[in-house]
Amino acid sequence: MVIKILGGGCANCKKLMENAKKAAEELGIDAKFEEVKDIEKIMSYGVMRTPALVVDEKLIFSGRVAGVEEIKEVLKKEA
Amino acid sequence: MFSPVQKFADFVTYNIFKIPQNSKLASAVNFFIFDTIKIFILLFLIVFVITFIRSFFSPEKTREILSHKNQNILLAHILAALLGIVTPFCSCSAVPLFIGFVEAGIPLGVTFSYLIAAPMVNEVALGLLYANFGLKIALIYVLSGEIIAIVSGIVIGKLNLEKYVEDYVFKIKVGDVQIAEDKKTLNQRLKETLEFTIELIKKVWVFVVVGIGIGAFLHGYIPTGALAKIAGKNNPFAVIFATVLGIPLYSNAAGIIPLVSEFRRLGISMGTSLSFMMSVTALSLPEMILLRRVLKPKLLAVFVAIVGCGIIVTGYLFNFILG
Repeated sequence: MVIKILGGGCANCKKLMENAKKAAEELGIDAKFEEVKDIEKIMSYGVMRTPALVVDEKLIFSGRVAGVEEIKEVLKKEA
Repeated sequence: MFSPVQKFADFVTYNIFKIPQNSKLASAVNFFIFDTIKIFILLFLIVFVITFIRSFFSPEKTREILSHKNQNILLAHILAALLGIVTPFCSCSAVPLFIGFVEAGIPLGVTFSYLIAAPMVNEVALGLLYANFGLKIALIYVLSGEIIAIVSGIVIGKLNLEKYVEDYVFKIKVGDVQIAEDKKTLNQRLKETLEFTIELIKKVWVFVVVGIGIGAFLHGYIPTGALAKIAGKNNPFAVIFATVLGIPLYSNAAGIIPLVSEFRRLGISMGTSLSFMMSVTALSLPEMILLRRVLKPKLLAVFVAIVGCGIIVTGYLFNFILG
């Protein structure tokens, strides 16, 4: 599973990355994490608000920092 | 609504701390306790309500509404400025939003009406203004922010400045937007709204408390009208000075607003205070640095100049109306 965090590297993006890592760890999912800062790549997902979470190239949500529990739900569904 | 809070503040000041009544310290401490509680109650309520309304609007939806062809251009500016209030906006998102809008064929001027209204009419500022000055001043703040956004957008649109947008912006292809924000249940929405409100208050509370603290000190120790000569109605440069001073102070926005009521008591006029606050929230240095990535320096300068002039004119107008 490849989990990407889209965003310019602001505090919200870092927090979302942390939450996503924690969620994957708690579920025991072996995931690869990637930070996407390139604006062209971010736009190619149709995202206009950062941070955004992308799981296996599927955009899950954008514009907010989801909590660990919420990300766990998403990862369970996508796994 | 706040008389129990006042009773509590009196009780703490005179009965628990046992500070003698009518002393300067008592006045400052009482003010601090009362204002802190009052402001946080109102801030929580207002941010909660606005965030809830916002959960029904997304920039993706805004983009769709604004990109309809053969739309009356004035109507598009008004719509953009209104949507600027209700769409969630973090300054980190200014660049992707700008690209997304321009790419969808939304005119540059309309995009700016949106980009100006979004930070200018700020929910924390609105909450604190309402808490300190009541509905009338809060409405004036919203209305003048909207008018500045609409007029600035129209002016930028008329100047045909598309060539001063960085070239790569027009080359970016925006992918399909497919976020299922609409499918949320009411409970989900309320839960997310509550979480966001708490997050936001966690972020700004230090600034608010420091602002109230300084205000409380001024309240107890500095006499009314002390600054009237320097920054009152009779100084024609006060508004300009306040606007320029506000630009580099962005991060302290939440702390400056609780101070505004004290500014007023010290003799700084309402228009000057409003100009200061708007410049703090709308012309922030961090946002300009972000916008530089999509705008060439000339357009950025035009943006700052037009918004700055709008804020200054508003300041004078309100000094004239409200005194």
